[in-house]
Amino acid sequence: MDEITQVVRDYITREYLEEGDERAITETTPLISGGIVDSFSMVSLLRFLEKKYSIDIPDQCATPEAFDTVERIAGLVRRFQKAEVIKG
Amino acid sequence: MAFVDTVRHRYQTDLEGIKAAGLFKEERYLHSPQSSEIEVEFPVGSTIRKYINICANNYLGLSSHPEVIAAAHAGLDARGYGMSSVRFICGTQDIHRELENRLTAFLGTEDTLLFPSCMDANAGFFEACLNEQDVMIADRLVHASIVDGMRLCKAMQDTYKHSDMGHLEEKLQEHQDKRSRMVITDGVFSMDGDTAKLADIVALAEKYNAMVFVDDSHATGFMGRTGRGTHEHCGVFGKIDVITTTLGKALGGASGGCVSGRRELVEMCRQRARPYLFSNAVAPVIVAGALKVLDLISASTDRRDKLEWNARYWRGLLKEAGFDLKEGDTPIVPVMFYDAKLAQDFARDLFDEGVYAIGFFFPVVPKGQARIRTQLSAAHEKYHLDSAIEAFKKVGKKHGILGLGKKELMARAVA
Repeated sequence: MDEITQVVRDYITREYLEEGDERAITETTPLISGGIVDSFSMVSLLRFLEKKYSIDIPDQCATPEAFDTVERIAGLVRRFQKAEVIKG
Repeated sequence: MAFVDTVRHRYQTDLEGIKAAGLFKEERYLHSPQSSEIEVEFPVGSTIRKYINICANNYLGLSSHPEVIAAAHAGLDARGYGMSSVRFICGTQDIHRELENRLTAFLGTEDTLLFPSCMDANAGFFEACLNEQDVMIADRLVHASIVDGMRLCKAMQDTYKHSDMGHLEEKLQEHQDKRSRMVITDGVFSMDGDTAKLADIVALAEKYNAMVFVDDSHATGFMGRTGRGTHEHCGVFGKIDVITTTLGKALGGASGGCVSGRRELVEMCRQRARPYLFSNAVAPVIVAGALKVLDLISASTDRRDKLEWNARYWRGLLKEAGFDLKEGDTPIVPVMFYDAKLAQDFARDLFDEGVYAIGFFFPVVPKGQARIRTQLSAAHEKYHLDSAIEAFKKVGKKHGILGLGKKELMARAVA
């Protein structure tokens, strides 16, 4: 598991699971379709990623589909990191 | 005409999808006034039958109270049927302002502005009062109208775990760089029936220089010793910056809502809140009825006291019968099934037994948290509740769930 995947997984576990919730978050656990994260509270995750990795994820890319697993979220971060490098 | 067959077909397919997902909502026609006993036609065309109603927001039983009806009649005669105007053009009567002043005194705030509904109050407030320099920090279980209102506002959005004060504190620390912070919560949460920890929220807001916004729609009129709301219940009366609430539940149940709070915030809504600016004034008949409601509940606490007794009695009956309940001390008593199909089947069987209750499941409540939300009213008599519990027990036996706890019910749902 790479650094980004690990960070995303840890944040989701801390931010979204209630105390005593023993569900394990893996890279492929369905987050939104599985009811762990909803579209309202997803904003916290988006803001965390943008701040942590100094990237801008436009609203049209921050879809429930793109945020449905740790794997997809990490992929999105990598994509926008590259975009930032090119812009820079 | 552009509603061509392909467009029609697309909508038909979408509607079929909603049905296939078990999310299709059907209306049931009431042939009587709203009360604890109602006459219902369902399915459409079937014989009208009497039911015990345990799913209305008619907390104080004032929806069809004779004095409220008489006051509404008098208001209709004295001030007419409709305003045919928004408030700021020619839609404000003396009684609109009188009701706002009465609500201000009742809620213990500085000023109040009426809206067509509390949905509109929540939809309009945030955009009118906050901008990109500010942050809104909301409990994750706030009402859908708050979510919509926050989405219309340019301020940064953030959320905290339901009633988790440690998490809220982290968020308040994190957002100290913003111009203003606003903590947003329901007073009583509509689906769980639990109460916000308002005393802790106010303490945190004072520590981290934040404003507090409370939607008290499921509390105004009965929570607290004199029914002022969750802020009275939690000992922070006069300390909430913004309260939104409704006339559509305990306060007569017709329609209309308000923003009540700090004078400047209310005035910003009068100047900028779009649902206030661009929709008709609340009808005079409703204003006149609501004024009578405030007379009744200010003169006596009998109704909220009876509601409290009913809620405690009903909760005790359900527990004794072996149902799994969400803990709480409000007139919202959710009976937990966890499994969506079971909740739906149970509600349908209750209906066959003469009890009107509704099953709620995802996306209205989180996945795996399906329930029947029962709601008490001061219009319920003990015999209504004694009769309703017999129906619950009979249907509970049929489904074999009496005495099962959360773990057993959840295991059953998975199997």
